[in-house]
Amino acid sequence: MGALGPLLTIARKDFLLELRNRDILVSLVVFAMLVLIIFNFAIELTAVNLDALGPGILWVAIAFAGVIGLNRTFVLEKDHDALDGLMLAPVSRDTIFLGKALGSMGFILLSELVIFPVFAALFGVDILRLETLAVALLASLGLAAAGTVFGAMAVSTRSREIMLPVLFLPVISPVLIGAVEATARVASGASWSAVSQWLQIIAVFDLVFVVAGVLLFQYVLED
Amino acid sequence: MRAFPARTIWLALTAGLMGLTLWLIFIWVPTESNLGEVQRALYFHVPVAILALGAIVLVAIGSVGFLITNRPRWDWFAHASAETGVVVGALALITGSIWARPIWNVWWTWDAKLTTTLILWFIFIGYLMLRAYAPPGRQGARLAAILGVIGAIDAPIIYYAADLWRTAHPGRVTGPGADGSLESEMLLTLLVSSIAVFSAFAYMLVERYRVRKSEADVIELGRRIQMAHSEVSGPATGALKAMSKG
Repeated sequence: MGALGPLLTIARKDFLLELRNRDILVSLVVFAMLVLIIFNFAIELTAVNLDALGPGILWVAIAFAGVIGLNRTFVLEKDHDALDGLMLAPVSRDTIFLGKALGSMGFILLSELVIFPVFAALFGVDILRLETLAVALLASLGLAAAGTVFGAMAVSTRSREIMLPVLFLPVISPVLIGAVEATARVASGASWSAVSQWLQIIAVFDLVFVVAGVLLFQYVLED
Repeated sequence: MRAFPARTIWLALTAGLMGLTLWLIFIWVPTESNLGEVQRALYFHVPVAILALGAIVLVAIGSVGFLITNRPRWDWFAHASAETGVVVGALALITGSIWARPIWNVWWTWDAKLTTTLILWFIFIGYLMLRAYAPPGRQGARLAAILGVIGAIDAPIIYYAADLWRTAHPGRVTGPGADGSLESEMLLTLLVSSIAVFSAFAYMLVERYRVRKSEADVIELGRRIQMAHSEVSGPATGALKAMSKG
């Protein structure tokens, strides 16, 4: 285990909490589905524009739902002063960041496990392929890494519900662009090289934000 | 007679340069043959667009400085840069749109440079909102500094992503590796307008920095008065004592 031990303990704590009350996963999935349904009314989807518009709708739903879920993980920590307890634990700040990010990434991935098949069934876009797994893994890591930094920041501000999306959504735009384009390539059955070009952007974002999170998280938690 | 303070002279010089710039742009410089009159917007658009991107670098420098040293002056600088960044960012977007309407037939297009500028502008707005909603003092400054650093490292990734996504903006017209060229009169006009705009930007930056500093001084003074209140009985004597101390 070594250095990974405390990291996994923090992520496991979040999963255990989630197992008990199912706060985050339920809100993530329900909210994402509602976004999918609303888009169905907002945009007239036909066989012609489906492959082009479908992936965009899917990732908007996931990004919006992600905001809700990430807000929730830190509101839970803040409400019962659990964050203070976490900070008192004899682990470094970057371990807390990686543990929380890993937990959030897990929640986003689990919700995608439900959202992707529902999207494929409701809209008839063929995204249930192996390549989608790579897109989902990379994009969820990026969303979780950026979301953990901003979630921890937003929770100590007034009107935290508005602060998280205002900070989070512009910053994650490269992930959204990459995920939408990659998913569209997957849906249209393009070659791996056409998909991977977009995955590279997300991978760069992931790398930068994991490193930035590790370096900056100590300043987020200080008070 | 009291001498003019340096800032007043600077302001007057900037205003004069701005006047000269307007004369150069609208009267002196010849009309570009392909693009027509609207090309004159470029003399203003280029410097403000450069500053809009430069401002995020200034915010990042101030932010890193504050995180490392914990000295408020770095934070004042970052905050002032973000405020001026919002102004020049908005000007870059507006002048660009004015240019784009007759040339591209649309006010807006999702080109890499435009997309990056717009998203950076929203990050500036987020920065200022964070300042308003975060707890006052060092904690708020620290949260803003984190966003300042993240915004700057995110900018190249946004540009790279948006560039791969779609691109329509013309290339650079001046400097090394430029893909256009300018007549000498146009180059001179661009140079003068750049100096005028840069000077106005720097002036606003310094003014906002001074406002931030004054705010911090006022808060500090208020804190001292309150401390004196709690030490000495009677509010009036406490305040007086604090003032004589301060």
